[in-house]
Amino acid sequence: MGRMAGFAAGLREFYYAPYRRTLARAKRDEEDLFMMLVLSESLGVPNPAGYYTLELLPVVFENFHDWHRRMGMDHSPLDSISCC
Amino acid sequence: MNSVVLALIGIAMIVAGYLFYSKFLAKKVYALDPDFKTPAHELEDGIDYVPTNKYVLWGHHFTSVAGAAPIVGPAIAVIWGWLPALLWVTLGTIFFAGMHDLGALWASNRHKGQSIGTLAGRYIGRHGRNLFLVVIFLVLLMVNAAFAVVISNLLVTTPTAVIPAWGAVVVAVLIGQAIYKLKWSLPVVSIVGVVALYALMLLGDAFPIILPDTIMGLSANAFWIVVLFLYAGIASLLPVWMLLQPRDYINGLQLFIALGILYAAIIISGPSMMAPAFNTNVPEGTPSIVPLLFVTIACGAISGFHGIVASGTTAKQLNKETDARFVGYFGAVGEGLLALGTVIAVSAGFQTVAAWEEVYSAFGEGGVGAFVTGGGAIVNQGLGIPESLSGTILATMAVLFAATTMDTGIRLQRFVVSEMGQIAGFRLKPLPATLIVLVITVGLTFSAGADGSGGMLIWPLFGTTNQILAGLTLSIVAVMLIRKRRPVLPALIPLTFVLVMSVIALFVQMGQFYAAGNWLLLVLDVIILIAAIWVIIEAVTAMNRARRAGPLSDLDEERENIAADADKRG
Repeated sequence: MGRMAGFAAGLREFYYAPYRRTLARAKRDEEDLFMMLVLSESLGVPNPAGYYTLELLPVVFENFHDWHRRMGMDHSPLDSISCC
Repeated sequence: MNSVVLALIGIAMIVAGYLFYSKFLAKKVYALDPDFKTPAHELEDGIDYVPTNKYVLWGHHFTSVAGAAPIVGPAIAVIWGWLPALLWVTLGTIFFAGMHDLGALWASNRHKGQSIGTLAGRYIGRHGRNLFLVVIFLVLLMVNAAFAVVISNLLVTTPTAVIPAWGAVVVAVLIGQAIYKLKWSLPVVSIVGVVALYALMLLGDAFPIILPDTIMGLSANAFWIVVLFLYAGIASLLPVWMLLQPRDYINGLQLFIALGILYAAIIISGPSMMAPAFNTNVPEGTPSIVPLLFVTIACGAISGFHGIVASGTTAKQLNKETDARFVGYFGAVGEGLLALGTVIAVSAGFQTVAAWEEVYSAFGEGGVGAFVTGGGAIVNQGLGIPESLSGTILATMAVLFAATTMDTGIRLQRFVVSEMGQIAGFRLKPLPATLIVLVITVGLTFSAGADGSGGMLIWPLFGTTNQILAGLTLSIVAVMLIRKRRPVLPALIPLTFVLVMSVIALFVQMGQFYAAGNWLLLVLDVIILIAAIWVIIEAVTAMNRARRAGPLSDLDEERENIAADADKRG
């Protein structure tokens, strides 16, 4: 890494480090909301954009287990996805 | 006496303290181990626990602990003469603050990055945590109320600082947008931000904003205080990326630049110290130097607030345990240098002794105002920057320090209120918790009258409360050292000193408040006194217990940690 790139990386770290936790939490909350929108049709909430969000299901599969645990459900609420 | 000589002596003492005493502490007392797996590596999660470069970590440890207090305290304490203040700042930084901050970092690092509050519960007893909550609530209350008064006074006495002080908020919001929405590169944004901030200072200097005597029935001071609390309340509720994060960042950069400007000006101009070394002609009503000097200068000598930062966030990001010497001890050195610069600015920045005495006409006078006037004169002589503009630069620096501490302080106090609510059995959402905090703090600020001077009245209690917090941290460190059979005197001497001074100061002030019929302060004083005596009793008991127990090896400690974790999980 060149000296300038190293300096820029250090500056970036100085900018982010104090608020890393808060920003990560905010990002996670945003993603949780997005996950709920994607799954709304499966959860029984009519969603006019259901046709499009269906396409996103494979993308969110990986994070599904952590999400339902964070939402306070010990086991998967959906029959179609039985992660645990 | 020439101020350059004093500045060089002070810096040499503090640097020698870092080179020799901190080495002794690191090797013999804390036995820092380069192979110890720090919590940042053991629990690395990319969020809280992240191994961080030691220079970066020092940077924001230092900017987090440096608020307006290392300016306010020394600028008031110079009333007894510059020598006592200078000695307490240098010796305090070397033997008290460095030891304390490094100790807090080490203690937390050895316990998975747990906070001092949690460690207090474990080492000082079950009341430790509750006591900690009460003390931290009071410290934050005082910081928030007093800083609002400091800022409003500065905005009224230095109207040229109004545009840059509020403009900094706009700059911060724009920086946040530029980084997160427009994806600009950070070095570019930083340069643009700093240039914009200094351009605002030029603008402010050309267009001072002087408020009319009364606005909506409020005096100018009271009006600014109300606006400041409204701002701090909103800022503490906004997403951090929008305002707080870019604001703290740009303020950190500005801190390094302004400190550089001040020291460069002192070295180039070399003004003589106008204030007396020992002031034998103190104004009527000035309290005795012992113990008040040791509580008036808290930050810049020893500050319990540093322990909260060190154990709250810094310990979770320590890459190697040996980095703690640089981050913890040198962080205290940074703040010591800020306090040293203040002592010189308020002692050498006046033309005559009479001019100095006119400013220091009563105890509590002088303060940040003297720092801006005196420091401004030095910057003017040293770097040739017009006096009004140099005053604006220093006033803006002080306002930004105080304001960033205030909006973070309101946010932290909201967390404490929520936690207290949880203990009492109810959940508080952010908005009602912020409202509770604002009502209490604004109430306190206006408790002494409609001019809002109540916040500054309680400032003398900040030192004692903050020192008690430091005492709490040092007792945890002392208990740990006793259990490990390490030299304990380096912790025990500062611990005894700060607690004894705080208790005497509380008794002295209690008499003053009673004589003045100030019931609010009397009640606060009694609460803090009870907390102090409680800390002393619990600490002595814990130390006795530790002395009687067998020596603790690293393996035993590891077992205890596992048992404590299991306990916590229930």
